[in-house]
Amino acid sequence: MNAPIARLFVVVIVLFAVLIGFTSRWTLFEADALNANAKNQRPTLTQQRIRRGAIQARDGTLLARSTRRGDKTYTRAYPRGPLFAHAVGYSFTRFGRSGLEQARNDDLTGTGNELGSLFDRLSGAEPEGDDVRTTLDPGAQRIALEALGDHKGAVVALDPRTGAVRVMASAPSYDPNSIGRPRTLTRLNRDEGRSPLLNRTTQAGYPPGSTMKVVTAIAAIDSGEYEPDSRVDGANAKPISGVPLNNFGGAAFGDITLTEALTKSVNTVWAEVGEKLGAGTMGDYMRKLGFGEQAAVDLPSDERRASGRFPDGRLAPVDTDSTDIGRLAIGQEKLAVTPLQMAMVASAVANGGRLMRPHISDRVIDRDGRTVTRVEPDELAQVMSADSAAKVGAMMSKVVQEGSGTAAALTGIDVAGKTGTAEVDRRCGPNQVWFIAFAPAADPRVAVAVTLECSQGTGGVVAAPIAKQVMQELLK
Amino acid sequence: MIGARNRELLALVPVSLLLTAGFTAVFIERDEVLSNLSLTYGAIFLGLCLATHVVLRFTLPHADPYLFPLFAVLACFGLVMIYRIDEELAREQAQWFVVGLILFAVTIVTLRDYRVLERYRYTIAAVGLALLLLPRLPGIGQQVNGAYLAVKLGPLSFQPAEFAKIAIIIFLASYLRDTRQLLVIGARRFAGITLPPPKYLGPLLAVWGAAMAMLFVIQDIGSSLMFFGGFLAVLYVATDRLSFALVGLAMFAVGSRVLYELRPTIGSRVDAWLHPFDTRLYEADGGSFQLAQSLFAQADGGVFGQGFGQALLDDGLLPAAQTDLIYAVITNELGLLGASAVICTYLLAVQRGFKIATLARDSFSKLLATGLTAVFALQVFVIVGGVTKVIPLTGVTLPFISYGGSSIVANFVLLALLLLVSDRARREI
Repeated sequence: MNAPIARLFVVVIVLFAVLIGFTSRWTLFEADALNANAKNQRPTLTQQRIRRGAIQARDGTLLARSTRRGDKTYTRAYPRGPLFAHAVGYSFTRFGRSGLEQARNDDLTGTGNELGSLFDRLSGAEPEGDDVRTTLDPGAQRIALEALGDHKGAVVALDPRTGAVRVMASAPSYDPNSIGRPRTLTRLNRDEGRSPLLNRTTQAGYPPGSTMKVVTAIAAIDSGEYEPDSRVDGANAKPISGVPLNNFGGAAFGDITLTEALTKSVNTVWAEVGEKLGAGTMGDYMRKLGFGEQAAVDLPSDERRASGRFPDGRLAPVDTDSTDIGRLAIGQEKLAVTPLQMAMVASAVANGGRLMRPHISDRVIDRDGRTVTRVEPDELAQVMSADSAAKVGAMMSKVVQEGSGTAAALTGIDVAGKTGTAEVDRRCGPNQVWFIAFAPAADPRVAVAVTLECSQGTGGVVAAPIAKQVMQELLK
Repeated sequence: MIGARNRELLALVPVSLLLTAGFTAVFIERDEVLSNLSLTYGAIFLGLCLATHVVLRFTLPHADPYLFPLFAVLACFGLVMIYRIDEELAREQAQWFVVGLILFAVTIVTLRDYRVLERYRYTIAAVGLALLLLPRLPGIGQQVNGAYLAVKLGPLSFQPAEFAKIAIIIFLASYLRDTRQLLVIGARRFAGITLPPPKYLGPLLAVWGAAMAMLFVIQDIGSSLMFFGGFLAVLYVATDRLSFALVGLAMFAVGSRVLYELRPTIGSRVDAWLHPFDTRLYEADGGSFQLAQSLFAQADGGVFGQGFGQALLDDGLLPAAQTDLIYAVITNELGLLGASAVICTYLLAVQRGFKIATLARDSFSKLLATGLTAVFALQVFVIVGGVTKVIPLTGVTLPFISYGGSSIVANFVLLALLLLVSDRARREI
């Protein structure tokens, strides 16, 4: 009877092998599908058990923190309410994540460090995330958001020397604490009139209006084709790409210097400069400034858009035959730019031509207060020579001293800037108004871009005073 | 050469290490200091193992030295696992260990010559069948998830099937020892398959009928498979006719298929098994929720597991985590590797069981050891197979690991019988 017993044992081996096979199936081969199954609450519950790290402002002010609930789970609280909603974002297990909460999720959950998390798993330690310290300035952020008030618009302020984002304000805002409540996210998503969830600093594409002339000025001076005192005819109704172009209010000028043309924002001068430089040169400088690429900042990829020419709603290269480069040079020709992009333009001029990569997170700090990661200043491009930057900066200073941007003048501090008023003729209001600036002109520590939708006024009247307040606060 | 009992004692060393490591892991996970009380647990369990060892040293000096340590590994692993799920349950389980070990010792002392069991085979068979039917008795019977497996007597609830499996194997071993020659000699080929002579076909059909009736009555496909599989294993070893086993399996399949149509409880179990993520079945009472959660828990465990004490068990996420789904908890915490190690431990125990059967010198002993080992292996297959969706999920226990007094006590009796057979087989003549 021993032979059948041996065969029976073989049967048992086969049966047990099937058991291990099926265990492998669920733990290995089909594990991803099971973990992603909508009925599976485990990933959700696991996430809720992680104490996410806090997000802090530059001065340590708490912007987001995890609070413990009764049942070993955590939920997210945002002590500053709507103030930092777009930069910080939100994180709720059932509703997803946005902003830095998403971009820095690995650090905040402590899963970024593979070795560390493996050790935690083996030792059975409760999963804990690291804190993220940002570069945001609560005082200036509050001023910016309050100044925007009921308007739709955005304010971005950068430290031109490092790329640190000091202000990222988008109006209207929302209270990230409310996202955790049922149906709030759906309701906010449906609010297409106000689009409160939209981060207008990086997700909105607006016509830049005359602020684009700063880009043209950079190309003109740095290419060596023009000097600030080069003279160009500023007559009204000059033919550009065969079609007559008007100046603001139909004003006519004679042969004027580029400095004068920037100060008075003369369309026909800059359009001619653009045409002379050509699409190739303009395209080169735009690329160096970051146009054509998703806004370079540490936010999730789906919260950043590219700035550039969108002839039929899609991004198209600048240097093609069909481009009306003259009108592009003054901010028309279906240009759509993000406020962050225009802040980067001001920042490049401010920092001697070196464009630094904008960043909101400054460093990652573990529970023991040690800095795990520090975001070092990173040069995106040397857009122009230091000499060209100084020349363009001087031209921009004139704008604030005696031109369209006088409303941004600060007592005792030289401000360099440029206004913009793009006529969009939307039902809500005729103009997209802009102001980009940096200060102090001699040793810039802050670069800003301010824009408002649907304005009745002009950039110099509506946007420049906001830029002034923000810069004043940041230079305190 | 080291004697059998000394080898057993040596083999108990890794058991004690595992137990200590396991309890330590749970304590560390709970952030507690190693309290005296907690350590007492481990000490008591080790003391019990040593006491058992001493009993074996005096009563069964020649018995297989590895079987008891292997079962002790499983038992202590189970105790730590249950302790991790619920400390109170672990305390109860520890009490059942004491009861089980007492019954183990009683079995060994009173059944020194276990062959007397043959004399009472019909009584034992009747008791076995009666035990199986107990859960259907009004008043004491209990229905869990549509299956009738438990009996409630006052505060005590027990699963008679755990004891019935031993009784029925004793009967089958004894009956087939007598008839095995006759079954083979009179066999004739019919339509390409070998069938036993008609005279002996009757009793075999009766066993099949009993299994079908059981499936019909207790409505649990897993325990029926376990019993009938045990029967086929003994039948196959007794006759060495593969065709008998195959015909038996086919008949079981056909019968189950018919009952699947007839009995809605069995039908819904099978549906839940085939489509665990179907929303209607998932949300149905006693539907596929348990199986789906079992699979989610295993996926969550992955290859290395979440770590000891890390499984999510709150809010009824894993129904019956300490009994039916304990394998899913193991996989969740220790991963594919840990779960495979548990299966391999069972395989080693099964190997010792079959080894005992091959060494036994008389037919009854061989068939008894084979049957007990086979039914033990099948029980592991039925519950782990249910948890891993190989077969429909049923409510039998994972021997020595699952929480449950009847299971522990009955399996200690099973172990005692195997050791009795082993001692007799290895004794110098």
